[in-house]
Amino acid sequence: MRANKLGLNWIYLAAAALLALPSLAAAQQDPNSQQGSAQPATQPAPAQQAAAAPAPAAAMHGPVRQESHIGKLTGHSETGRKLYFRFCWGCHGFHGDGNGENAPYLNILPRNFVAATFKCRSTPTGTLPTDQDLYNSLGRGLNNSNMPSWISLTDQQRVDMVAFIKTFSPRWQNEKSGDPINVPAEPTLTVESIKHGQELFQKLECWKCHGQEGRGDGPSASTLTDSNDQPIRPYNFAAGSRFKCGVTNRDLYKIFITGLDGTPMPSFADVVKPDEAWDLVHYLRTLQVNKKSPELALWMSTKDGAAIVSAQKISGTPTGAGINQ
Amino acid sequence: MRHKQIISAAFLLTGVAAMSFAGPAKPAGGSVSGKVTYEGTPAKQKPIDMSKEPSCAKQYTTPPSTETVVTGPGNSLADVVVYISAGAPDEPPPSQAVTFDQKGCRYIPHVLAFQTNQELKVVNDDQTSHNIHPLAKTNHEWNKSQPPGTPPLSEKFAQAEFISVKCNVHPWMHGVFSVMKNSHYAVSSKEDGSFTLPNLPAGKYTVTAWHESYGTQTQDVTISGSETKSVNFVFKAKPY
Repeated sequence: MRANKLGLNWIYLAAAALLALPSLAAAQQDPNSQQGSAQPATQPAPAQQAAAAPAPAAAMHGPVRQESHIGKLTGHSETGRKLYFRFCWGCHGFHGDGNGENAPYLNILPRNFVAATFKCRSTPTGTLPTDQDLYNSLGRGLNNSNMPSWISLTDQQRVDMVAFIKTFSPRWQNEKSGDPINVPAEPTLTVESIKHGQELFQKLECWKCHGQEGRGDGPSASTLTDSNDQPIRPYNFAAGSRFKCGVTNRDLYKIFITGLDGTPMPSFADVVKPDEAWDLVHYLRTLQVNKKSPELALWMSTKDGAAIVSAQKISGTPTGAGINQ
Repeated sequence: MRHKQIISAAFLLTGVAAMSFAGPAKPAGGSVSGKVTYEGTPAKQKPIDMSKEPSCAKQYTTPPSTETVVTGPGNSLADVVVYISAGAPDEPPPSQAVTFDQKGCRYIPHVLAFQTNQELKVVNDDQTSHNIHPLAKTNHEWNKSQPPGTPPLSEKFAQAEFISVKCNVHPWMHGVFSVMKNSHYAVSSKEDGSFTLPNLPAGKYTVTAWHESYGTQTQDVTISGSETKSVNFVFKAKPY
C-alpha cells in the first residue's frame, strides 16, 4: 500500500515535469516572468522558481501539506490530491489556477485557487474563507455555474478535497481564515421590516445593478465584469429562487455583510446595521415573486405590496439572459 | 550606588530624547530628481459619458476625460510612479494617513502612492453610492460599498503592489493604488512631469518608473554625499 502511494506520487511528479517543460521555456524568454507572483493566473510558476522562493506555490503540490477540520473529521491534502486529480482538475486545472482544459468552454470561469478569492464565505471581504465555507460550497455546488454538487462523495472525501484546495495558494500557509461574521437571530417578520428594506434598497442603490424589480437589469448591470474581466450579470431575483451561497435567510444575510469576493457585489458590513440587513433580506424575498415565502405572503396581504407584486412580470432567466436593456 | 543609577538613568533618557529628536531630520542625504516625458503619439483620451449618473454628470460643464495617459506641456508625462526599487531598505509606514477621494464619480488622485501598512482613508464626497474594489493580486482583493454620507473607510495593504482600483457601479471610474516598500517615491506632476526622491543616503540605487499604460523603466544611480542626481525617463507612447 505504502509503495503504491509512492508510485502514484512519482507518476504525478513525472507528469508535472513533462507539463512544466514548455512553460519553463516560455518563461525564460519572457522578460516579465519575474513578475509571475503578481499574476499567478497567467504564468504558472516553473518548478525551479518555486523551489527557490516559497511565494509562487502554484506548481508545487508536493512539499505543501494542509489539513482541514470539519466537525470531527480531519482532511488531509495528500488524500485530497488524488480526488482532485480525478474529479476537479478538468476545470480547475493542473495548477489549480482555473485553467483546466474545460475552462475555455465555461461561461463562469472555474475558481482560481491560486488567487484564493472566494465568493461564498462567512468571513469579511478580503479574508480567507473557513474550512466549513469551502466544504459547504463543495456539497452545495454553485448554482448557475458549472460547479456541481459533490454530495455524492463521502463527507471524508469532501473534507480531504478542502485540505488539498488549500495547498494551491501560499496565503493558506501565511494567514488564518477570517473570523466568521456574527449573524444575529432573525427578528420577527413584519410589514414595517419589509418596507424599511424597500427604502434601503433605494438608499443603498442596490437597484443600480439589480434593477428596481430585482431582475438584474439596473443601469450598471450591462457593464459589470468580474475580477477575471469576464462579463457578469447581477442575479435576477424575480426569475430565480436559488442563490449561489445558500438558500436560507441567514445565507442571504451573510451575502450582504461579506460581499461576494471576485465579483462586483461589495460588502455592506461597514454601512448597514444588523437590523437593516435583516430588513433587506425580508424585502429581497418579496422580489422573488415566483417563490413562495412567508415574506412574499405577508407582502401580498398588504394593499401596496399586492399592487407591486401583481405588476411584476416574470421574465428572463436567473442569470439575466434574455433581458433587453 | 543609588546615585549612580539615577545618573545613568538620566543619561539614558537624554540619549533617547536626543535620538528621537534627531530622528526626523536625517543625516543630510542626497536626492534624485528629474522629469518624465514621452515620445510619439499617446492614446487620445476620451470624454467620459456620465449620463447614467446625473448627480455626477451635472458637476461638469464639459465631460471629463479618461486618465489612462495624462500629459502636460513639453511632452511631459504625469501619473508616473518613480521609486527606489533596489538599494534602499524597507521602511515602516509613516503615521499620517493618505486620502483617496471619490468626487464627481472620479478618483482623486488618479494614482495614489503610499507605503505598505500606511493608513489609507477612502472618502465618498458624492451623492451616490460607490463600491471600492481594489483588484489586488499580491495583496487581498476586497470590495466594499460606501453610500453617500458614510464615514471614510480606513484600510491598509501589507505587500508592495500596483493595484488597479475600480467602482463596479460606475465602470468609468478607474484608479491605481501604488503600495511602496520605502519612503523614497514620487508621482510625476501634472504641470511638467517632474519628480524628486529626497533623503537618499550615499549609495547605489535602482530607480524605477512605472506607468499604468506604458510599463516600467529602470536606471541605476550612485549618490555620493548630499548631491542631487538628475535622472530622466522617456516613455514611448503608443497611439492605441
